[in-house]
Amino acid sequence: MALIDTINPLLTTGWAKGDAGWSLKDYEARGGYKQLRRVLESRMSQDDLIAEVKKSVLRGRGGAGFPTGLKWSFMPKAAPVKYVVCNTDEGEPGTFKDRDLMRFDPHSVIEGMIIAGYAVGAKAGYNYIHGEIFEAYQRFEEALDQARAAGYLGDNILGSGFSFDLFAHHGWGAYICGEETGLLESIEGKKGQPRYKPPFPANFGLYGKPTTINNTETFAAIPFILGMGGEAYLNLGKPNNGGTKLFSVSGHVNRPGNFEVPMGTPFAKLLEMAGGMRGGRKLKAVIPGGSSAPVLPANVIMDCTMDYDSIAKAGSMLGSGAVIVMDETVCMVKALERLSYFYYEESCGQCTPCREGSGWLYRVVHRIEHGEGRPEDLDLLNRVTDNMMGKTICALADAAAFPVRSFIKHFQSEFEYHIENKKCLVDPEVQRMGSGFFKAGNV
Amino acid sequence: MVEIEIDGKTLQVEDGSTVIEAAHKLGTYIPHFCYHKKLSIAANCRMCLVQVEKAPKPMPACATIVTNGMKVFTHSDLAIKAQKAVMEFLLINHPLDCPICDQGGECQLQDLAVGYGDSASKYEEEKRVVPDKDLGPLVSTDMTRCINCTRCIRFTAEIAGFMELGQSYRGERAEVMPFIGKTVDTELSGNIIDLCPVGALTSKPFRFAARTWELSRRKSVSPHDALGSNLIVQTKHDRVMRVLPLENEDINECWISDKDRFSYQGLNGADRLTKPMVKQGGEWKEVDWNVALDYAAHALRDVAKNHGGSAIGGLLSPHATLEEMFLAQKLLRGLGSENIDFRLRHTDFSGDGKRVGIPSLGMKIADISRLDRVLVVGSFLRKDHPLIAQRLRQSAKKGAEVSVLHSADDDLLIKLKACVFAAPSQLPAQFGQVAKAVCTIKSVAVPHFLGELVVSPEAQTIAESLVSGSNVGVLLGNFAQQHPQAAMLHALGRLVSKTLGGRLGFLGEAANSVGGYVAGAIPGTTGLNAAAMLADSRQAYVVLGAEPELDCANGAQALAALAKAAVTVVLTPFKSQAMLDYAAVLLPTTPFSETSGTFVNTEGRAQSFYAAAKPLGDARPAWKVLRVLGNLLDQSGFDYNSSEDVRTEALGGNPEFVAGLDNAVDGVVMKLAPTASGIERVSDVPIHFADPLVRRSLALQMAADSAAPAARMSAAMLAKLGVAAGADVRVGAGGTAIVLPAQLDAGLPDGTVRIAAAHASTVALGPLFANLTVEKA
Amino acid sequence: MNNDYEKLSPEALRRIDREVAKYPADQTQSAVMAALVIAQDEKGWLPKETIAAVANYLGMAPMAAYEVASFYNMYDLHPVGKYKITVCTNLPCALSGGVHAADYVKTKLGIDFNETTADGKFTLKEGECMGACGDAPVMLVNNKRMCSFMLPDEIDKLLAECK
Repeated sequence: MALIDTINPLLTTGWAKGDAGWSLKDYEARGGYKQLRRVLESRMSQDDLIAEVKKSVLRGRGGAGFPTGLKWSFMPKAAPVKYVVCNTDEGEPGTFKDRDLMRFDPHSVIEGMIIAGYAVGAKAGYNYIHGEIFEAYQRFEEALDQARAAGYLGDNILGSGFSFDLFAHHGWGAYICGEETGLLESIEGKKGQPRYKPPFPANFGLYGKPTTINNTETFAAIPFILGMGGEAYLNLGKPNNGGTKLFSVSGHVNRPGNFEVPMGTPFAKLLEMAGGMRGGRKLKAVIPGGSSAPVLPANVIMDCTMDYDSIAKAGSMLGSGAVIVMDETVCMVKALERLSYFYYEESCGQCTPCREGSGWLYRVVHRIEHGEGRPEDLDLLNRVTDNMMGKTICALADAAAFPVRSFIKHFQSEFEYHIENKKCLVDPEVQRMGSGFFKAGNV
Repeated sequence: MVEIEIDGKTLQVEDGSTVIEAAHKLGTYIPHFCYHKKLSIAANCRMCLVQVEKAPKPMPACATIVTNGMKVFTHSDLAIKAQKAVMEFLLINHPLDCPICDQGGECQLQDLAVGYGDSASKYEEEKRVVPDKDLGPLVSTDMTRCINCTRCIRFTAEIAGFMELGQSYRGERAEVMPFIGKTVDTELSGNIIDLCPVGALTSKPFRFAARTWELSRRKSVSPHDALGSNLIVQTKHDRVMRVLPLENEDINECWISDKDRFSYQGLNGADRLTKPMVKQGGEWKEVDWNVALDYAAHALRDVAKNHGGSAIGGLLSPHATLEEMFLAQKLLRGLGSENIDFRLRHTDFSGDGKRVGIPSLGMKIADISRLDRVLVVGSFLRKDHPLIAQRLRQSAKKGAEVSVLHSADDDLLIKLKACVFAAPSQLPAQFGQVAKAVCTIKSVAVPHFLGELVVSPEAQTIAESLVSGSNVGVLLGNFAQQHPQAAMLHALGRLVSKTLGGRLGFLGEAANSVGGYVAGAIPGTTGLNAAAMLADSRQAYVVLGAEPELDCANGAQALAALAKAAVTVVLTPFKSQAMLDYAAVLLPTTPFSETSGTFVNTEGRAQSFYAAAKPLGDARPAWKVLRVLGNLLDQSGFDYNSSEDVRTEALGGNPEFVAGLDNAVDGVVMKLAPTASGIERVSDVPIHFADPLVRRSLALQMAADSAAPAARMSAAMLAKLGVAAGADVRVGAGGTAIVLPAQLDAGLPDGTVRIAAAHASTVALGPLFANLTVEKA
Repeated sequence: MNNDYEKLSPEALRRIDREVAKYPADQTQSAVMAALVIAQDEKGWLPKETIAAVANYLGMAPMAAYEVASFYNMYDLHPVGKYKITVCTNLPCALSGGVHAADYVKTKLGIDFNETTADGKFTLKEGECMGACGDAPVMLVNNKRMCSFMLPDEIDKLLAECK
């Protein structure tokens, strides 16, 4: 189980008992489904509901940070069939918050989705769950059964006349399905190859019907926003960056795990919550928003607060809130090689620049890491990324390019050292011990 | 309409147009690979990136919808940089094997690389190698060249109707392939060769045969089905090397069937007849033309003199040109014979004299795409009319309701509204039920002959669907026209379409099914039709372009009649053992590729064409041979200077569409009570057996559609007979029997056994429509 | 194990039906991912005959099902050992020993990635992010069981458990 530490627990209120606190009974005991009941019993208007969410300035927690209320308002009112879809296809390296939401508080997501269904006029929803987290999928299925049995799902929910049903769709290993239209294709039983946009899902979504897609954490926040009111939620964070956010901290920290903090919490504070640097070593770099976000060197990140605007100002992205912490034992070339392999492996193969370019990037970085780099390789990498970016249907090509560009930008001398000396700047034995896998007496 | 500006030029385009469509309207070329006007938008190759004002990133022209006031720059720095970037990516893993690639010279990638590629690649890593795939005998693969544009995949799924190809795996490992162990088998599969913008998919029969720039190109018209697909016939040294579609949106769009594409192999086959031959004393001798023509003329004149003109019969192939049929009937009539027919596979001629005009499609081919309700009666639609089926497939996707009444539930790959499948003898009554329901719903008096029919729920569903339409078509297929109650089916079709204010159409059986009527290649009132002149054998026959044992409704009977005749004169591009057995003289005529001529397609459009190549050997165009025969027989009016002269006489001018088309019919005796019982034969004429030319294409004969005939039947029939699929059964009709393997065909009504016609192995079985005995062999 | 690759057991079909019921009546293809998982659970891997059987059951082109089966990387298009162990070596895991854990398993089993032990018991795969980076190193056993904090002792325990 991931470690949890929170300031002002909200999303993580229910996590305290870990695997023992997820059931409907527990959820109801901590006020769960009260907001759904209130919405339905008061017959709250869809407009009022969306206005409340807008007020909270809840921004999409999946990575793009698009304002949720605004997204909901794009749904055409008159369409007879609409869908709500939850994106729990959490496969961005460094991100692992949705798994814990599924395991420890699935009902908050269910309640959030039902309320969203009510707000946009959908009668059915799907939660797309990352293939590798089968236990979370199973947990969610159980939670759905509980909610259905209790009358929160199905026809005429709580006698309100509003009907909504919700189903789980299990992925099976494809990062690209985290892209919302790739995800829709996948629910339709196809390869998860993203669609060209426009049309956007709000007009042409699942099965060609208007569809609202949000991240798991976004839906989970909805009941809390309604509980405290949009404005109060906004005020938990900072202007334009409402509420609290889950941060998944991984890498070279003493206590990797999920941490819920108000938007705008200093990075240093988050690092402290994660137990500080492993073995007291020196911070070298941080990827603040999942592997696709540009890496930031220690001096830059230490000045940042954890919110969309501050991280963007520093030249990176808050993304999904996945904070990958790297200390001085890391070879940046090797780190980039692994990330580049990931994008090469996960490119869906549809668009030429990504299909061909992601492999090109990986091969060149691989060469450098293996002592076969050439002086012109860094220029080549920058040129190839330039040719990939902004030229594909989805953002995966950009995601493959950002790490390459940022690693070279901030750690150019390390790459040059590698090319020149055909070896790592960081001693291999130092690298080996950095992982913590080998302890005294091990192997 | 919206107004947009492309490279400074403004134009008005329809709402919903894409930038690439607008650019094409303007004549501005935007480089592209995955985009194809007939396929869904994939936007995956990214070659068509252009700059759009206010858009921060380059936009794909194929997928960007125009908006009012949009400004597009196709050659700005941003656009060119993006296009060059994409070209570089396309080339890094593409082999540089243009010198040995069949696509060389007609390769979009090659062409665009000249404009957008760099002279040297910066890619120094190992290139990708992709295993080739076996797509069958028609399409050759070189998958390492594939740029994953997915045009071929979209073609199979969207146009041909079944996703035979897909893109497996992902990322750089993505590969286009068929399902493991499967080939590409639809009747339209060859079109993926044209669609492939690189040399990944090329023609297997054409492989390494010629470089494209060595080829001469001639426009032509398909001699096969009645659509009259427009073709480009490519030759080298007067040998046809390849056939491609010539785009004609009103007819074949940009497609052709595999039959149209690959039948040319037969043109160069070993059994081409290249010298006139005469049988003397039981021995065949190659002779000079004048000897053979003299021989033929004398023989025919003698029969006419001694036995009267009616002792001569003329069997004309419906694949012969208008000019050939016109001259043949003129010659026969000059000899005093009215026994002339081109409707070789018909079995019911009771409609003769009752039809108001020449039966045809009753609408333009393009109008098929505008029908919103369609009933197809008695048709192996997909195989008999591949591109008409394709049109209906697209219509059905857009909401048209297509229903089927037939004796075999072959998968048309069309979403059907309703269907009724019944034994051949039941079809008129089943159609009658639909007609009755239509009359009832429309509150029109129900004709007395329909009175006793009980309308089945399926017939009711078909009727309700038809009645709900505003543009209804009833289409009678080859099977309906060959049916023993063809006239009744015609009359019922007329009743239904008339009641609904819709259209009745005959899907022509062959390239000149309308032209045969226009040419007068049907018996006069005193003459015998095709069936009658074989049932009551003649002293002499003139056979034009047909192989009667395979092309007539009763091949066995045809063979017997020809064997009995004293003289059979055959004008044919090919020789066969059967001909050598029954004929007295063989006159080598040319196939469509070596003659000028005209085919009148199913909509009545007269399409003339020139020879694409010189005649092979001593073969001569049949119209010229017939002209000389007319002269030798001292007939008047045979002094034509050109085939155009013949056409002008046959058509009374040079109209685009022939006159006299009318699908009305009057006075057909209606008896809808089904009579037959026992096991009925359902006979199809498989697409690659249908005419002498296609039967000689080696590649097509290896395709899935050329499987040897079997005795196909339902599971219930197999059980009733106590045979397992694959086991041999003895099938008998009219005293003869053949042995065929039994095969399960879940789409057949009980009480029927399907046995393909037009194949040597089933000739002995006799008529297309018959009661059969079937037993374990 | 059912070795008739063209046929799915009644139990499997029942489970597939349950998945089909999640989607609109005209969208049975939506169940193909789940159906292929069910089929893979039953057959141990996905032979082409099984993929075709799933496609036919759902009324879709076999090629469309094959596209799916080859696109998502947890489907096994080739036979695998009784225990398929997938180790995440992606960066966050690697920082906490993912690569070393994989090396450890390789040494223990004497196989490399994409290999199966001679006794057919273990297959080792390299995985991409499993969404559990906080538990690094993580391994997935037979696609469904996530094992966290896989340091040498834990790996030893896991391998011993796999009988």
